[in-house]
Amino acid sequence: MSLATIADQEVHVDEEGFLTEYDEWNEELARQLAANIGIELDDRHMEAIRFLRDDFESEGETATLRRVTTLSGIPTKVLFQLFPKKPAKKMAYIAGLPKPTGCV
Amino acid sequence: MVANKLRRRLPDGEWAITIVDQDPEHHYQPGYLLIPFGVYDPSTVVKPRKRFLPRGVNTVLGEIDLVEPEMNRVRMADGTTLDYDELVIATGVIPRPDQTPGMEGPEWRQSVFDFYTLDGARALADKLKDWDGGRLVVHISEMPIKCPVAPLEFVFLADSFFEERGIRDRVEMTYVTPLDGAFTKPVASKRLGAMLEERRINLESDFYIESIDNEKKALVSFDEREVPFDLLVTVPVNMGADFIGRSGLGNELNCVPVDDGTFQSTAWDNIFALGDAADIPTSKAGSVAHFAIELFTENFVQHINGDEMTHIFDGHANCFVESGDGKAMLIDFNYDTQPLPGKYPVPRLGPMSLMKETRLNHYGKLMFKWIYWNALLPGRRLPMPVLMSMAGKEVVEE
Repeated sequence: MSLATIADQEVHVDEEGFLTEYDEWNEELARQLAANIGIELDDRHMEAIRFLRDDFESEGETATLRRVTTLSGIPTKVLFQLFPKKPAKKMAYIAGLPKPTGCV
Repeated sequence: MVANKLRRRLPDGEWAITIVDQDPEHHYQPGYLLIPFGVYDPSTVVKPRKRFLPRGVNTVLGEIDLVEPEMNRVRMADGTTLDYDELVIATGVIPRPDQTPGMEGPEWRQSVFDFYTLDGARALADKLKDWDGGRLVVHISEMPIKCPVAPLEFVFLADSFFEERGIRDRVEMTYVTPLDGAFTKPVASKRLGAMLEERRINLESDFYIESIDNEKKALVSFDEREVPFDLLVTVPVNMGADFIGRSGLGNELNCVPVDDGTFQSTAWDNIFALGDAADIPTSKAGSVAHFAIELFTENFVQHINGDEMTHIFDGHANCFVESGDGKAMLIDFNYDTQPLPGKYPVPRLGPMSLMKETRLNHYGKLMFKWIYWNALLPGRRLPMPVLMSMAGKEVVEE
């Protein structure tokens, strides 16, 4: 774990740059994190990100793609358009959550 | 296993144990992997369930419709009901080809096969017998799946199978996975990825399937990649039993959310879910269930006596990985520690080697079938530690 400055804020991140403290996240930070991976956040992105944040708060782990689709109603296809190639990982990164372990 | 262990621990007069099962037969599921290659005959992996149940346990054969946790009652499909004080759910996960559009299309069991069912493994054995080459694609639909190493074992075994039949150069093999590498954990993923390369097996990663195009004979992903095949061996989405979903006890895959250490349902104190039926973040593997049940038995006795449960599970898994050519590799890991090289179970001496392909590991795997039928199911304790140990493991750079 190390400290990084993102959007002028000092935050804790892991070796891959994922935020490690749930409470250090805010929307301004999210915009910068998204920009880091070439995504410009709009309302549709934010709907998914907010779902992930809320779900993590109650469940204590990052939702899998299937969970996002089933519970938020956003189709998988759309998630792939919004967060190309690796939606689960990218959403977690922007939402300031641990990489989804999903599966072992 | 639970019935066998608990019957010994719970006084007959105080506790009645009832097992509900929809199948009078018990299958040795790890054996399915070897059926397509003609190593195991299907008849050797099936035995009547009755043989493994102790005296003093009631058996109900039938399908469960619902669990009604607020009533402490199980409702059967035929309308009868069973009341309980404590409920243990161990209904596993089931491959669900119906969850992917096109999987059960016209090509199902023609050029599209699964090997996680006895029927599928048998059909695939027939197909492979006289298949003379082309594009073989081995595919995982979505994680988690039970026995997550089995699809890799399948390609390794297929590689030697085709080599032996002298047609390996006519087979182009591709391994398609939703993961970002050959396996989940970094050190094992690297080692297994290298093993794919050595065998000239292509890796298509981060592939999240949308459908199977039966006309083109191709897998289609959500990000519009296509992988064409002549023969597809797929692992369908794995889901828990439907009654779990209907009863409101499951997550989006019908697995029961439980405490990682004790398997107690997060919603109901008198419901436990063991093995693949639970949502614990470790492999859905037989070894996990076996280790877990040892601890569960102790915990359960504490629980019904009103004591705190103190036997906390660490996610220990231990898997033989068949690598073809009469060799296998062994991996040993838990919630926090990924598979590492070393010796097992005795440090430095072994005799088994971790993360290395050896003949001895392969014999270990074959022997396990005997152990399964004769020691594990009857509930005998194996001479291996239940919790994972770091002794004998080498820590390596990722």
